[in-house]
Amino acid sequence: MAAHDLHAWFGANEALKGITLAFPETRVTAIIGPSGCGKSTFVRCLNRMHEVVPGARVAGRVALDGQDIYAPGVNPVRVRRRVGMVFQKPNPFPTMSIRENVLAGLRLSGEPVPDPAGTVEKALRQAALWDEVRDVLKRTGSSLSGGQQQRLCIARALALEPEVLLMDEPCSALDPIATARIEELIHELRERYTIAIVTHNMQQAARVADFTAFFYQGELVEVDRTDVLFTHPNNRKTEDYITGRFG
Amino acid sequence: MSGSLHAPRAPSERIIAAVLFACGMVSVFTTLGIVVVLVKESAGFFSEVSLGQFLGDTQWTPLFTDQHFGIWPLLAGTLLTTAIAVAVALPLGLLAAIYLAEFAPERARKILKPTLEVLAGIPTVVYGYFALVYITPLLQRFVPGLAGFNALGPGIVMGVMILPVIASLSEDAIYAVPASLREAAYALGAGRLRTVFRVVLPSAFSGIGAAVILGISRAIGETMIVAIAAGQQARLTADPRSPIETMTAYIVQISLGDTPTGTLEYRTIFAVGLALFLLTLGLNAVAFRLRRRVLKGGTL
Repeated sequence: MAAHDLHAWFGANEALKGITLAFPETRVTAIIGPSGCGKSTFVRCLNRMHEVVPGARVAGRVALDGQDIYAPGVNPVRVRRRVGMVFQKPNPFPTMSIRENVLAGLRLSGEPVPDPAGTVEKALRQAALWDEVRDVLKRTGSSLSGGQQQRLCIARALALEPEVLLMDEPCSALDPIATARIEELIHELRERYTIAIVTHNMQQAARVADFTAFFYQGELVEVDRTDVLFTHPNNRKTEDYITGRFG
Repeated sequence: MSGSLHAPRAPSERIIAAVLFACGMVSVFTTLGIVVVLVKESAGFFSEVSLGQFLGDTQWTPLFTDQHFGIWPLLAGTLLTTAIAVAVALPLGLLAAIYLAEFAPERARKILKPTLEVLAGIPTVVYGYFALVYITPLLQRFVPGLAGFNALGPGIVMGVMILPVIASLSEDAIYAVPASLREAAYALGAGRLRTVFRVVLPSAFSGIGAAVILGISRAIGETMIVAIAAGQQARLTADPRSPIETMTAYIVQISLGDTPTGTLEYRTIFAVGLALFLLTLGLNAVAFRLRRRVLKGGTL
């Protein structure tokens, strides 16, 4: 997946000012930057979720397997099936059981699910939640702890077998132990998925990401291998940010 | 800053608090007073008519020489008109609520919702005559055998009357469903309609249930429309074309008539009133529980 000269607006306010950034396959790319730098807006443009907000607009291209997801005639629903998303706050569907939550993506897109039990187990195993919930699949998703809820949301996204997984500060509402579980999980998932993770936490970027991109005021300042970016940043702004001089 | 923290509280504050407390108690004492009167007068009624007769007889003829005191004809009239009203108001109200909360642009919502709520402000006597002189003659062209006084016309008009209650409260419930759930559904590749029907509506179920129950209890308690247009003939029937009498309409009939106070005939209205009170109290209790569940942000 790659974004090319991507602009995004909220009303008249330009939140992204021409971002060009590629996500290498089966690698984790972290996006860091101070609040309001456009990092969340950016990932929301990658699965056409930005336009859900009233008054929001996008220009530019995002290539997914060589196809531009903003080309005329592209159905955003199809895009979202292939680019999964995990949000800041865990948001399992409160009226559905754990099992139904995992199947929600398939059911909501009206597809037949030939092997629901298998799909549920596979997705929950991939999200490292199976052992904890295998006996309580009929309980509601909201009965789980915050960290488990977030892994349930990851399982829900994985059940659709997406190519790319977008994670928008997936640990910011979680305690350190739950955060560590999610980070371990990201390590495992990178075997199969291309992952973009937005994070406020530079240590987290250093721990989970192969590549890190630094955003500032709607622009991409610098992107490099994570170890390089954190040890030898090219740009003064990046250095100031990662050394804690602002942000 | 220095000096003592001790200072007398302004006396005006205490007076204001006392006045506000008294205002609050007015409604509490009014309710208590109503219950006491209902129970006392009903006790007088039930000392002459057994509860078995009240609940077992299928005729209600207190004003005839051959007196019968079975509540069923009145209850049937109430349930029949209420059922017709709900059949009208539930689908329309729910669809209106879904449109307002999920599809209407913000500007349309700001205009349409208060407009809808105006329907709730129309005096019910206007609705009653509307049912009698406009809706019933109109229906008579399509419904063979529809009497001049009937359950159907007033039932439909009552549906229009409770429509704003159901639409407005359901809309509140739907609107209150967190945006994060809609986002979650969209991000999973759900279309708009599926998001509404599979995610949003189930999450708003408690609130919608409360709205419907409050609408039903308004329909049960509604008096003018049925007193004017339904016929005032207590009759145990499920046929919406025939004249019927509801519990409320019976109370009006006795109150306005020349039945002397203190007689058994007069006391019947308290027994009917008590039954009506218990019916709506029960429904409101269910609605209250549902709404509390919504406010707590809880789930099913």
